[in-house]
Amino acid sequence: MANSPNPGRTRTVQPLAETPQRASILKKLRARPTVRGSAIALAILVVLVVFAPFFAPQNPYDLANLSLMDGRLAPRQALMDGSIAWLGTDDQGRDMLSAILYGLRISLMVGLSAVVLATAIGGAVGLIAAYVGGLVDTVLMRIVDFILGFPTILVALVLLVVLGRGVDKVILALVLVQWGHYARIMRSRALQERRKEYVEAAANLGFPAWRIMAFHLLPNCLGPVMVFATIQIATAIALEATLSFLGVGVPITEPSLGLLISNGFQYLLSGDYWISLFPGIALLLLILSINIVGDRLRESLDPRRA
Amino acid sequence: MALFILRRLIQSLFVLLAVSVVVFFAVYAVGDPIELLVSPEASQAAREAMIARLGLDLPVWQQYTGFLWRALHGDLGTSFVHGIPAVELIVQRIPATFELVFVAIMLTCVIGIPLGLVAGLYRDDYLGRGIMSTSVLGFSLPNFWQGMMLILLFAVWLGWLPATGRGDTVTVLGVRLSILTANGWSHLIMPAINLALANIALVLRLTASGVVEARSQDYVKFARAKGVKPGRIVRRHILRNILIPVVTVIGMEFGSLIAYSTITETVFAWPGMGKLLIDSVYQLDRPVVVAYVMLVTLIFVVINLVVDILYAALDPRVQLVTPAQ
Amino acid sequence: MSAKVYLRSALLACTLAASAAQAQAPAAGSTLKIGLSSEPTSMDPHYHQATPNDAMTSHMFETLVGQNAKMDLIPRLATAWKAVDDTTWEFTLRDGAKFSNGQPFTAQDVIFTFCRVMNNEQSIGGSYPAIVQKFANVEARDGNKLIIKTLKPYPLLPNDLTRTGMLWSGIVEHGPITFDLKNKCGVTGPWPTVADFNNGRDVIGTGPYTLKSYVKGTGIELTRNDAYWGDKPAWQAVKLIPVPAAGPRLTGLLAGDFDLIENPAARDVKRISETPGFGHVITPSVRVVYFQFDVARSPSPTVKAADGKNPLQDVRVRRAISMAIDRKTIAARIMDGAATPANQFLPDGMFGTLPHPPELKYDPEGAKQLLAEAGYPNGFELAISSTNDRYINDAQISQAVAQYLSRVGIKTTVDAMTRSVYFPKRAKREFSFAMGGWSSETGEASSFLQYWVSRFDKEHGLGTSNYGGYDNPEFDAVFKRALVTVDPAEREKLLQQSLTLALADLPSIPLHFESSIWAFKKGLVYEGRADQYTLAMSAKPAK
Repeated sequence: MANSPNPGRTRTVQPLAETPQRASILKKLRARPTVRGSAIALAILVVLVVFAPFFAPQNPYDLANLSLMDGRLAPRQALMDGSIAWLGTDDQGRDMLSAILYGLRISLMVGLSAVVLATAIGGAVGLIAAYVGGLVDTVLMRIVDFILGFPTILVALVLLVVLGRGVDKVILALVLVQWGHYARIMRSRALQERRKEYVEAAANLGFPAWRIMAFHLLPNCLGPVMVFATIQIATAIALEATLSFLGVGVPITEPSLGLLISNGFQYLLSGDYWISLFPGIALLLLILSINIVGDRLRESLDPRRA
Repeated sequence: MALFILRRLIQSLFVLLAVSVVVFFAVYAVGDPIELLVSPEASQAAREAMIARLGLDLPVWQQYTGFLWRALHGDLGTSFVHGIPAVELIVQRIPATFELVFVAIMLTCVIGIPLGLVAGLYRDDYLGRGIMSTSVLGFSLPNFWQGMMLILLFAVWLGWLPATGRGDTVTVLGVRLSILTANGWSHLIMPAINLALANIALVLRLTASGVVEARSQDYVKFARAKGVKPGRIVRRHILRNILIPVVTVIGMEFGSLIAYSTITETVFAWPGMGKLLIDSVYQLDRPVVVAYVMLVTLIFVVINLVVDILYAALDPRVQLVTPAQ
Repeated sequence: MSAKVYLRSALLACTLAASAAQAQAPAAGSTLKIGLSSEPTSMDPHYHQATPNDAMTSHMFETLVGQNAKMDLIPRLATAWKAVDDTTWEFTLRDGAKFSNGQPFTAQDVIFTFCRVMNNEQSIGGSYPAIVQKFANVEARDGNKLIIKTLKPYPLLPNDLTRTGMLWSGIVEHGPITFDLKNKCGVTGPWPTVADFNNGRDVIGTGPYTLKSYVKGTGIELTRNDAYWGDKPAWQAVKLIPVPAAGPRLTGLLAGDFDLIENPAARDVKRISETPGFGHVITPSVRVVYFQFDVARSPSPTVKAADGKNPLQDVRVRRAISMAIDRKTIAARIMDGAATPANQFLPDGMFGTLPHPPELKYDPEGAKQLLAEAGYPNGFELAISSTNDRYINDAQISQAVAQYLSRVGIKTTVDAMTRSVYFPKRAKREFSFAMGGWSSETGEASSFLQYWVSRFDKEHGLGTSNYGGYDNPEFDAVFKRALVTVDPAEREKLLQQSLTLALADLPSIPLHFESSIWAFKKGLVYEGRADQYTLAMSAKPAK
């Protein structure tokens, strides 16, 4: 904050991105019907997920509740204890509706955490590499080369053996393997932006490097990274599904949505369509709403929007 | 330029070394391969002979230095499971994977970029919106699901295409390629589409977002005011500027596709490298895993190098070697 | 008809027509296309003893003693055998058997094969040398007789010889061949390597087919051996293509890519039987799925009881756990009928098994009672350890068992992991209740008891998989006698006695025997085998 000659009336010089746009973001979100619809859908999903135990007819993670005799029932049939399985049951006798609700929780948590963390770490690394340049850039990018070549399955296996099983280890594995992609995308964009006049102007104004990177460069580089990140939520969830399917992810008695879909894969040809169809639809809805809302959010945050 | 390439290659050697160390110890940490190889019927003497033959009785750091020494002489180890040199095993599978990835990337560029352009230019129309929404489907469905659906539809129901496997090959310069036969294409097209779908969606969205941003730039407004034809604006001005992140992603995806087309290869029984890696990790076949990851890292390094050079070609503002500030 | 109904029936008709058209089974004398579930790792018959490898090499190489589909011993390259005394076996070799290059099969080839087995540096697993190591000497006599002298009584020699494919001695340079291992048996050139078999050069056997090509990852092609001494093989050529994932393998069959596939998932059998033009066969195998208890340590790694001790050490607790599991429902629901509940460690009727073993009944009330008697009325905590990618439905089985144990008061969790992590951990004894699977290659009762139940004895190769540390001197005494008794009747009695002791104590509880499934186009007849081998010789065109 510059020394102001008039303490009673401060007038600060705001860096570019802090122009008062936030009020208009919500307005824009409320404007279009598709966005409204998706935002509502997303809100409902979040409520369902957070309060799953209240909505689910059964706790599918409690083994004493389950019975093999309830296995692979078609939708709207009754379980042995009398309750109705609206979406059918899987081979262990888990009510699909309950399993989907509980599974959504885990999948959402894993997908969002992994992407947020990877974006933060990878974005920071890419930004620094592009802005600072020189040896720092070289070293960071060679580390990224190293990371990109590493098989996810191996990372997950080693973490499993060394640290044990758990959802947090899965997130760690996903972040470790994915951050390199964000770094490269951020760096490619930042390299372009860095040469533009506003950056030069900010440097001339004497702003410190971190401030330029955070408030000037970053907002203009978010575009491609955000596109990638929203897509990566689905990828992270699918990757977690693959890892769980391969046995190095979440425990099988507490399946995530991805693990449910992987299990259902085995039933595609047998006619028990509900074991694979409904979790798939749930995932589709989840991704769709995240994407549509994420798209509009990204547009609103981009200072270049006319 | 030559100096740049040389420096990059030297740096990459360090990366390769680091990779070999980490992977070697990672596989060692997972478990003892002897338990997976030796049958309980083998006598204790036979078991110990096998451990000695595979070099597993030495302390692990010594196993590594032995590996390094042999690697410098071109021997990256012999597969525990198959008994033949690891490199040979991998090289046998490279043509199949490359074919698949090549076709997938072609599809990505040919479908993704034009559709993305349209979606970006007609952003506020139903056309643009429709394309963007459909693109979400491309990456929301799990890969193996998509693959099975494709097989069910085109192979079982319609019977147009074969369900699994690689087609007939022709040998060119010692390399067996199925991309040169009609039968080969009938086997190639479904797995390639399966691989490409997610990437088409990604490239499409990136291109569209890039177009939207570029359009609001001053230079485009200026060109329009000048009266330049819209087609020319798109080709000469917009396209070049948005291609950098697109090229980055394509480069990254090329590497990922090569290394990890595992699910597609599994579903379509495509004899490529990704499946070999998974199997080798599961069998704790350390020589193959180490050789594989080193090879893949090398591929990534080369791809990133090519991409960086393309950056400079596409955008004169980007310097190849960024001076420290 | 409304448009929708019309459209749907048209689609259905197209599908059926398409699949029926594709389901033209191959006629005799043409090419048979087989979809495999795992790829053989080599064409060398002495490289690695694993079902895919052994099944593959049986097409090209034959053994002295064969096994029929039920795993009974039958003559093959040896027409008769008998034990002359405790340490001497006499085999009568077949006249008129020829190798695929026209050369006659003689005793010299047999001796060479045994020598090669001991000089196969690249082999893994060590099972083949384990057989020949027990020989003192091998010599030919009177033309077509072969005498094998063993170091100790070796009653299972004919059974073990079902796994040693015979090579032609002409693949190496040699002088006169004798069983003189110290002097390379008279072989003057280099021993054959794995690569020599993989590229086909040394694949010269007496079997019904010869190797045309072997491309790793893509498949194997065989052609008929027209000089075969036995029944004329039905197929001119055979193509074997590995498709490891079950779903795609089945769709390959339905789409017409294959004539025969092995191991479709049991839950898809309904679909196969509903699709016209396809058939299937389900054959019980000798692979038993079981759980092994840690009975040696207290406390035990994955068990937590209120008194801090290991409840699994009490035989009543082990019996209670066995009674809590409903094997029949697991076989029906999880395995879709492709399993037979097990009451002992080998299917009833095989050599050495009890003719009427007591049934391991499902009795949850009795289980709770037993647990209370043993001092655990409120149960305890237990973790089930299993693989998730090794045995059919292994992860689902573990979950089902966990359900049953939870219902009798044992708080159970499941840790299902990939086999590359599981087997090393199990060998390091990190588990208390661990799943396992075992196939008796010899087709008789001793192998399970030898490796899993006997006390660990490194020198004699006993108890190498006895991770639970079970130690019962009475059992060991009886069983060790059975191992060296050559007289079949006497041996059977001793084996049955050992089994009775093992089943009374339950150091491991057997769950069920897997059945193998083969699916094929109608117009083929396929004979399933108890050893789970998929052979072109088992497939014939229907009359």
